[in-house]
Parts: sequence; C-alpha cells; structure tokens
Amino acid sequence: MRLIPLNALCTFWWVAAIALPVAAQETTPELVAAAVKEGRVVWYSAVDVKVAEAVAKTFRASYPKIQIDVERAGSERVFQRINQEYQSGIKNVDVVNSSDASHFLFWKQQKWLAPHTPPDVKRFGARYKDPEGYFATWRATLNVIAYNTNLVSPKDAPTGYLDLLDPKWKGKLVKSHPGYSGTSLTGTYALTKALGWEYFEKLSKQAVQQLQSTTAPPKSIASGERVVMVDGNEYNMFMEIDAKSPVKIVYAKEGTPFVTSPGAIFAAAPHPNAARVLQNFLFTVKVQQLLVNEGGLRSVHPDVNYPPGRTPLAEIKLLPDDPEGMLPLIADIKKRYTAIFGN
Amino acid sequence: MRPAADAIEGTPERSSARSIDWTAPFSIVMALLLASLVLLPMFWLALTSLRDDSGRFTLEHYRQLVVDPAFLKPLANTLWTSCAVGALCVIAAAPMSWLVSRTDLPGKRLLRVLILASFVTPPFLGAFAWVLLGGPNAGLLNQWYYGLFGLKPFEAAPLLNIFSASGMVFVIFLYTFPYVFTFVANSLDLIPSELEEASAILGASPFRTALHITLPLGLPALLAGFLVAFLQSMTLFGPPAILAMPAGIDVITTKIWSLFQFPPRLGLAAAASLPLLPITVALLRAQTLILGRRGYAVISGKSGGRQLIRLGAWKVPALALFALVLGCSIALPYGVLLRTSFVKNWSRPLADNLTLEHWRFVFLEFSQTKLALQNTFVLGIAAATAGTILVTAVGYLSLRKIVWGHRSLAFLANAPVAIPGIVLAVGLFLSYTRPPLVLYGTLWIIFFAYLTKELPVGYQQISASLKAVHPELEDASRIFGATRLRALFDITAPLIRNGVIATWIFIFIGSIRELSATILLFTARTKTISVTMFDLRESNDWGPIAVLSTTMLLITFGMVAVIYRFTDRRPT
Repeated sequence: MRLIPLNALCTFWWVAAIALPVAAQETTPELVAAAVKEGRVVWYSAVDVKVAEAVAKTFRASYPKIQIDVERAGSERVFQRINQEYQSGIKNVDVVNSSDASHFLFWKQQKWLAPHTPPDVKRFGARYKDPEGYFATWRATLNVIAYNTNLVSPKDAPTGYLDLLDPKWKGKLVKSHPGYSGTSLTGTYALTKALGWEYFEKLSKQAVQQLQSTTAPPKSIASGERVVMVDGNEYNMFMEIDAKSPVKIVYAKEGTPFVTSPGAIFAAAPHPNAARVLQNFLFTVKVQQLLVNEGGLRSVHPDVNYPPGRTPLAEIKLLPDDPEGMLPLIADIKKRYTAIFGN
Repeated sequence: MRPAADAIEGTPERSSARSIDWTAPFSIVMALLLASLVLLPMFWLALTSLRDDSGRFTLEHYRQLVVDPAFLKPLANTLWTSCAVGALCVIAAAPMSWLVSRTDLPGKRLLRVLILASFVTPPFLGAFAWVLLGGPNAGLLNQWYYGLFGLKPFEAAPLLNIFSASGMVFVIFLYTFPYVFTFVANSLDLIPSELEEASAILGASPFRTALHITLPLGLPALLAGFLVAFLQSMTLFGPPAILAMPAGIDVITTKIWSLFQFPPRLGLAAAASLPLLPITVALLRAQTLILGRRGYAVISGKSGGRQLIRLGAWKVPALALFALVLGCSIALPYGVLLRTSFVKNWSRPLADNLTLEHWRFVFLEFSQTKLALQNTFVLGIAAATAGTILVTAVGYLSLRKIVWGHRSLAFLANAPVAIPGIVLAVGLFLSYTRPPLVLYGTLWIIFFAYLTKELPVGYQQISASLKAVHPELEDASRIFGATRLRALFDITAPLIRNGVIATWIFIFIGSIRELSATILLFTARTKTISVTMFDLRESNDWGPIAVLSTTMLLITFGMVAVIYRFTDRRPT
C-alpha cells in the first residue's frame, strides 16, 4: 500500500481548485481582525495532551490576542461530549479533531459542520479530504504493536498479531479500547476485516490489560507495567523512543492499521472567525512539521520531512481506514468488543 | 437585621407590631427548595426508566436489566466488593478505636489527625497513587519486592496486583475505614467504663474484658459502621474506574457511566440507577434500627475519669497496626504522588530522573488548569455557602419543631444519603437538559448536584451543634418579641458559630473532591480538577496527575487546618 503518488496529487490539486466553493478561506488581515474581536477559540482534540498543548503554544505565539482553549479527550469521548452538548443545545466547540474519521461523516450528515478548506489542504491528496470541503486529514498515525526491549529480546519479539496468541504472552499484553478511542476503533475494524472476530475472542484469553485511549499503552510498556502492546499510537511510541524509553515498534506482518485523524469547523461555532484562523494555522507546514517532529505523527502535507529513524510509510504494509464502511457498524463493533473484553 | 441587643431593649409590643414574622414564608421557601432539589431528579429518573425513545410506557429497560448478564454481573460485583470493604473496615477499625479509646497508646492525638487525613483524602486520588505503587509489574512496591528477592517481573507473581477486584476493595477500604473508626471510637468514648472496671476488679484480663464487655457494648456502632462502609463503597466511581475497569471488571457505577457513551441510553441508565435506591434505603433503615436499640449501652456522657489499660509491650504490635494501615492510606500514597510529580519516568529510580517539567506543564502550559481550579473553587464556595444556609435553616425549623411537617423537612435533608452520586447525576441530567430549566453546560447543574449530595453531611453536622444549644435562650428572645427567624440569626447562629464554620468546610471539602456525579454533568467549560485528572488518566499522564493531586491535597489540608484553628480557639 502506498500514498497517492505525486502526479495524482497534482491532478487533485487541479480538481480541488476548480471544484471547491469559493468562500474566503485564507487567513486575511480582515479575518484575523474579526478573530481577535472574538478573542477566543475552543479546540476539542484527541491528540496527546502534550502535543495539543505544544500546538496551542505555537498558536498563542502567532496570535497572542486570541485565547485558545484545548479540550483533550479520547476520540470517542470527544464525540460523546460534542453530541451530548449539541443535543442539549450547547454550542461550545469551534474546531474539532478526532481519530475516528467516521465521526466527521456523522457530523456532516447532521449538517453540523461548516465547509472550509485551509489553503494548505488544497494540495492534500483526495483521500485526505472531504470532496465538499467539510473536513480534511489533520494528522495520521499507525496503530502499532510494540514491546519493552528490557523485557523481551528482539528474537523473541512478536512479528504480527497472530504471534500474540502464543501462551507465553499471557498476562503481558496491554491494549486500548474501541469504546473510548477512535484509533482503537479504526484498528479494530481493520483487524476484524483482516483476521475476523475469532482473533479477538482468542486474544481475550490472554488476560490482556484493558486501557482506554491508544495514547495509554505506549506509556504502560515504557514503564514496564506490561511487556507488549497489542495496539497503541505509533506517535506515542516515537515520543517514548525520543525520551530514551526501552521500547521498540513492530510493524505487523498482517498489516498495520493506518488511521487518519481529520479536523473540521462547526457551523454553529461560537467564534467562527477565530475557528477559521485556527483551522488554517493547524494545516500549515509549521504545525504539520511540529506534529511530525515533536509529536511523532504522520502528516499528509506534501512539504513535510521525516526525521531519520522513522520507517517511511512506503516500506510498511498498511491496512487503510474505511470510515464509510465502518460508520454503520460502530455500535456493533463496540458491543461485540465489550462483550469479549468488558468495558 | 438589627442586632439582638436592640430587640431585648425594645418593648415586646413595639417589636411584634412593627416586624412581620417571616418564619412561615421562609419555611415554605426552604421546603420547596429542598423538595425540588431532591425530588425533581428522582421523578425524572423514575419516569425515564419507564419510557421508550418515543415516550411510550415500557418495562423493557427493567427487563433488560434482569436478563442481561452485562448488568447482573456488575451488580453482583458491587454487592460482594462492598461487603468485603465493610468487613475489612470493621476488622481494622474495631481494634484501632478500642486502642485509642481504652488504652495508654502513645501519640493518640497524632493518630487521630492521621485518620482524619485518610478521611479527607479523595478515594480516587488514593487509587491513582496505588496504581503507581501496586501496578503488578512496574508498581514501585512490586519493583522493590522483585528486587529484594531477585525475582523478575512477569515470571514471578507480583506481591500485589492492584488491577483487580481485591485491589479495588483494598484501596476503598483505606479511605473508608475512618468512617467506621469515627463511629466506634465516638461511641466507645461515650460508653462509661464502670462495667469494664467491674470486670477488671472481678479478675478478668484486659483482653477478656474487651471481648466480653466492650465488644458487645460497641457492637451496634460496629454494625452501623459496616453499613456506612458498604454504602460508601457501593456509590464510589473513581476507584473502580481506575483499578477494576483495566482488569475488565465492571461495577454498577462504571456500568451506568458507560451507558452515557454516544448514543446515550438514558432509559437504561435510569433503570440501572434505580435499584441502588432501595438497597441504600434498606441499609440506612437497618442502621437506624441497630443504633436505635442501644438501651443496654448505657450512654450517659457523664462517666468519671477512665482508667486506661496499660499496654506495656503490646504497644509495639498496636502501633504496628496503625503504622500498617496509615502507611498504606497516607504515607505511601502521598509519598509516591509527590515523587511522581518530580520525575520524568515514574517507574525508574530517582537518579538522572528528576524534573520540574510536570509542574511547569500543569501551571504554565496546560490550558485546562486555570479553568478547572477556578470552577472547582467557585463550585466549592457556592455549594458550601448555600448548603450551610440551607441546612442551618432547615435544621432549626425541624429540630425546634417550628413548622408543620418538620419531620418531612428533616427527611428530605437526609434523603440524599440514599442517592449515590452517579444516580443523582443521571437524575439531574434528565431534569435539566430540557425546558424550562436548561442548566446542562453551566456550573449550576453541578452546583445543584453538590448541594444535594452534601445536604445530609451538613444537616448532621449542624443538627449536632443545634442540639447542644438549649432553647431557653431563644425563648427569652422570643418573649421579648423577636420572631423565630430573628431568634435564629441573632441568638442561635452566633452560639453555634463553630458548628456553622465546620459545616461550611465539610461541604467545601466534599465538593472539591467530587467525581462520581461530576463525571456525567461536566462540559468543556465546566470542568473541575477531579474530572481533569480523570481525563489525564485516560492517557496515563501520571506526572500531571501527580501535580494536580498534590495541589488538591494541599488545598484540602489547608482547609482542615482552618477547621482546627476555629474549633480550638473558642472554648465551647
């Protein structure tokens, strides 16, 4: 599996340029002035809290007169929070980011999103943006297997998902929960397609420690609380490796779920101008490079460079995400998973 | 309002002619307020549990509760773990309270202070700390244990695995036994020691006396303590969510919480909440029955000087018991939280690992800190102030039997004891997400939750103080023409000042640590410290959690120090 090649990308840029609605999408001085007047912007994000605050910090440096509030929680809880708020008539969120791409399909169906294409997104591959401009991939990550190198030698390390069913891993595994994490949900869906639900039934016999967010298992194996993580964010793994934690990533031979994490603006955003300023800012090379460098994330921005030591996407067998296919099955996936692993 | 002296100087006729007696309208307003606080959420809870999505009557939710193992199992878990907590509390608290009340154990005052410290420590904070101590492989106690015996994690069994039902029971016990201790120690203090002395004179050993005389006398208090511990354990949300859920074990509170995941299944959540109410009512009823039959426990409060039992060499095991329990509830958890707040990787040794990064992050970078601290304080102060006024007024009206229906006032003020925080939250959510009062998304809904939840604590506190004031002083002011209300504010309130301050602080401490109701009611703008920590736990960010925990403990102990100051300075 590979990313969209460059020539296709150019074509899409072309198509995008003519097809997209022509509203004021750029960060003009007028837009900034209107945003400053609003004074505040509220960003709900599922990205790791340290990464979210680092992004907020650069935003503050660029726009000191706009206060940015970061509300960080797992994707499914971001989803629950926004929906619960909207059902109760509370309009608090301006800009959202969630790792469960199907959330954006739901919100788009509800007509809650505002169409807006940040200038940089015009150059993104078509796979990474909504054709009508309601959302675009703000970040991406892989949902990887990993292990603690102090506790497992490389020759004993698992090479894929089926290896984890070996009795020797019993009581040593940790994983996140699709009921709370969009990355986990996307990964679970991809794995049920690749390996079937029987895989999870067998896995549940391994006394797996069940955490919630996919940001949590990397921290668990870094501390040595568990030996191998069944699923967790690749970007947290890079952060752990940068912090010299004794951990190593495994790109499973069965394939690694590729999880895109879009961003969007709400139509009823209480700070519509500041929302647009923030959204444009989030997609700039500066922020995208920050996500890659400091956050260990994958970016679909064409100008982003990867630091040495990170396996290029082209060398990894990927299981792509499929929000349209997953959307009608979400409740079912959560229910079946909970029946197997508990809440 | 004019000062009291004025009323006494003025002639009765003049005063009563001029001032209108606001007692009746005031009582009615208080009663209505109380009723709407308590009854409205319960009404919506009951109604929602009986309706389907289109508003038609249905018993489907209840049917699902009874037949679906996904609900029966959490309920069974709740019941047995709560029983275990109650039993552990009694086993530990009985000897502890006897030692403090009857023997010459050294350092009693300090021990009582430390038990008070466990009492005010939020149980979810204890649970966080115990993850760091008792995680089966990286937990510091287990690491130490592995190191000591040259074992390897994952190969040998850990010393303790906190991610289990028994781990959860242990942690809840650590923060619940103070209830039982207080119950039993207070009742032992009141039981005159003549019987025990008689038994000693007749030649029984101290141990035999304790077993045959003191234990039966203290039994009602022990049983009552068991029930309180059971109740406390049944309604907690934090420790099960932090310790039992990672092991795939659900209790009823975590199950109710998970029903709020989108799309929320409110009918089912309401139906799952309601069974907790009759259980609680039955337990409280049992407790009253047990405590009510204390005719044989000759509590007079007028006993003479007590002969303390000399422990001699038994002091060592006695103090060891206190050291063990308090070490687990205070010293180790506080120590590990403090340590974690200053290290990069909490599971590694201190060398090369020290950092101020977490403190910097929480107070300079983390954008939720300021808002959460502010909300927590606003809510704590508002709930404490409103709650104190409400319980003082209601306590006065009902204890002095001033208005018709004073019994039901007292009942309403005590009723929330029977409502677990999460059940109250479901009820409030259902009541205030619809017109006429849409309060969800504002601090008001959380304020109502705190106010309602803390009513019983405040009421107990204030009624104890009120009972200590003889009504004759009020009667005197009434004879001089003051209205009831005026007598309350000018005569009684100043006399029970310490009680009022203690009530305020109790409600404040109870409010700033609240998690089980807040977890369903908060929105991004109305987050508190407790839910902020809970969100951080979702991603295992232990450093920031430790910083916020330490901050919260400092605030709590600051407030407790204020209580001590006020209650010590003025002789009562």
